[in-house]
Amino acid sequence: MEDFSQEIPNSVIVRRLTKSYGAVKAIDNVSFRIGKGEVVGFLGPNGAGKSTTMRILAGLMPATSGSVHICGVSVATYPEMARRHIGFMPENNPLPEDLRVSEYLTFRARIKDVPSSEVKKRVQGAMEICQLHHKAANKIIGNLSKGFRQRVGIADAILAKPEVIIMDEPTIGLDPHQIIAIRELINSLRGKMSVIISSHILPEIELICDRVMIINQGTIVASGTPESLRKDFISQDRYEVSLKSPPEEFKRVVEQIGCGLSVEKLLRASADGYFDYLLTGSVRGNLGGEIISELSKDTRFAVRTVAYRKPSLEEIFMAATRRSWEQVSNLKSASSGGGSPEKRKGNG
Amino acid sequence: MKRFIILWQHQLWQMFIAPSTYIAAFMFLAFMAMMYLFSLVDVSMSASDVSPLGKFLSVFWVPVLFMVPLLTMRSIAEERRMGTLATLMTTPVTAGQIVFAKFLACYFFYAILWLMTLFFPLITEFYMPNSIRTAGLMPYSQLLTGYGFVFISGAMYIAIGIFASSLTRTTLVAGMLSFGMLFFAIVGAGLISKFALPDSGFMVWLSKPVDYLQTFRHLEDFSNSLLDTRPFFLYISTACMLLAVTSLITEAKNA
Repeated sequence: MEDFSQEIPNSVIVRRLTKSYGAVKAIDNVSFRIGKGEVVGFLGPNGAGKSTTMRILAGLMPATSGSVHICGVSVATYPEMARRHIGFMPENNPLPEDLRVSEYLTFRARIKDVPSSEVKKRVQGAMEICQLHHKAANKIIGNLSKGFRQRVGIADAILAKPEVIIMDEPTIGLDPHQIIAIRELINSLRGKMSVIISSHILPEIELICDRVMIINQGTIVASGTPESLRKDFISQDRYEVSLKSPPEEFKRVVEQIGCGLSVEKLLRASADGYFDYLLTGSVRGNLGGEIISELSKDTRFAVRTVAYRKPSLEEIFMAATRRSWEQVSNLKSASSGGGSPEKRKGNG
Repeated sequence: MKRFIILWQHQLWQMFIAPSTYIAAFMFLAFMAMMYLFSLVDVSMSASDVSPLGKFLSVFWVPVLFMVPLLTMRSIAEERRMGTLATLMTTPVTAGQIVFAKFLACYFFYAILWLMTLFFPLITEFYMPNSIRTAGLMPYSQLLTGYGFVFISGAMYIAIGIFASSLTRTTLVAGMLSFGMLFFAIVGAGLISKFALPDSGFMVWLSKPVDYLQTFRHLEDFSNSLLDTRPFFLYISTACMLLAVTSLITEAKNA
C-alpha cells in the first residue's frame, strides 16, 4: 500500500522495502512517503516490523531490497550524508551511563555537525524544550529516572534540527505531565520537521499525528488520517444510550426504529433505575437524531443520553490487523487447499 | 577529520572517567616500579652486560598482558551491550572512524603509562644523586630504541584488544579473549619455534617465518639499538589489518 502525498514535498520516500532473515521476511515490500513537516504515527503489534523499518530508515541496518531516500539522499548509497538529515531515538533509548547530560548532548551536537559557535546555544535550547535544564543538566545519565532518560533521548533527536525525526516509543515510561510536554513539543515541530513516531499508546498517536500507518506481519495494512481509516475499517456506527428501560423492552423498541440498529450490549445498570446500552447501526450516517426522536415518543423511557461513539484508533488498529491476518490465512488456505484467493477477500 | 577528532576526544574523556583505566594504570605502574627496583638491585649485586633499562624492558610483556585487556575490553563490547554504539552509528560517522578513534584513545593511554615509567630513573636520581650518570640509568640510544619497540609493538597489542572487544558484547569475555590473543601474539611464535617445529623434514621451511614473528627477538634487536624495518612492518601492518577487520565486524554486528 503506497500513500502518495504529491502536494507537499516528500522528506522520506520508501520504495518496495524488504528485509529478510533467511526465509523469514521481517518487512515485505513496504512503500510509503512522508511529506515535509508531517507527523506520522507508525503502529503495529509486537514483531510487526516497526523497529526494523525505523532502523533501516535511520541507516542502522541495510535492507535486503528496496530503497529509502531521506531528503532526496539514498540511505543505502550515502548513509553518512542521509544521517545528517535524521534525528533518531531508538527503542529503549540507549545512553552512556557515565556521562553528564550536558556533556553527552554537547558531544552529540558536535558529532552531528552543529557549528561550534552554536553548540552551547543548541544544547541549552534542547534541554529547555525537554525540561532538562533545571535539575538534570549536570546529573550523570546513569542516575536519571526513566522519564528523564527519555527526555535526554528526545533532546538528542532534535538537537541538530534535522529534517526528519524518527522516534521509537518516545513516551514509554513517562508520567502524564511529561507525555503532555512531549505532545506539545511534537506539535511545535509540526510543519518544520517530519516526525515518525512509533507507539503502543494509540490515543496519544491519534492526538499527535496527522497520519497513521499500521504495519502488520511486515506489510503496511492501513495508511491515512484517523478519519479516513475510520471510514475504511469501521463498517458500523455505535451509539451509547442511557434511559429507563429494561433490556427486553428496549430491544423491542430498537427493532422498531429500524435503520439496521441493534442492541450490542448492556453496558451498566445504575441504582437510579437507568440502563446504559451500546447500540450498533449497520447503516452509516448519524442516526442520533432518529434515535432521540423515536425514544422521546415514550416518556417512560426518560432518555438521559444519546451519544455517537467515535471509533477509537484502537478499534481501527484491531480491525486493520485482524483483516490482514484473515487475508494471510485465506491466502495460505487457498494455496494449500486450492480455490481462488480473490473469492475469499473482502472480509473484515 | 573534524568528526574523527571529536570522536577521539570523546573516547579519551570516556577512558579518563572509567575506573578500569585507573585500575590498569595502578597495576601497571606498581608492577613496573617493582620490576625497576629489582633490576636496579640485580645490577648492583653482580656485574652484568645488561643495563638496568634492558632488564626492566625485558619484562614489558607481563604488564601488557593485563594492561591492554583492561584498557580495551570496554571499548566496543560495552557500547554494543548498552546499545550506544547503534546510537552513535545514527550520526554521520563511519564504523572505521569509531574504531580508529577508540584505538587511538587506548593507545594514547598506553603510551602515557609507558612514558610515566621514565620517571623511575629520575626518582632514583632524587634519592641517589648522580646515579643516572654513574650507573648509566638512562642510556639515550637504548632508551629511544627500547621505548620505540614498546610503542610500535603496542600499536598491534592495542589493535588486538580492540579486535577482541568487537567480537562479544560481554566485557569480561572481551578481556579474556584479548588476554589469550595477546599471550599467543607475544609468546606464541617462541613456543612454536621451541616445541612444535622439527629441525628437519617437510615443516622446516616454517622456521624462518616463525622466527620473524618472535617478539623477544625484536625486543633484543631494538634494545641493542639495532633498527630493523621488518618488525615495524609486522606490527603496523597487523594493527592496520586488525582495525580494518574490527571496522567491518562493528558495521556488520550493528546491522
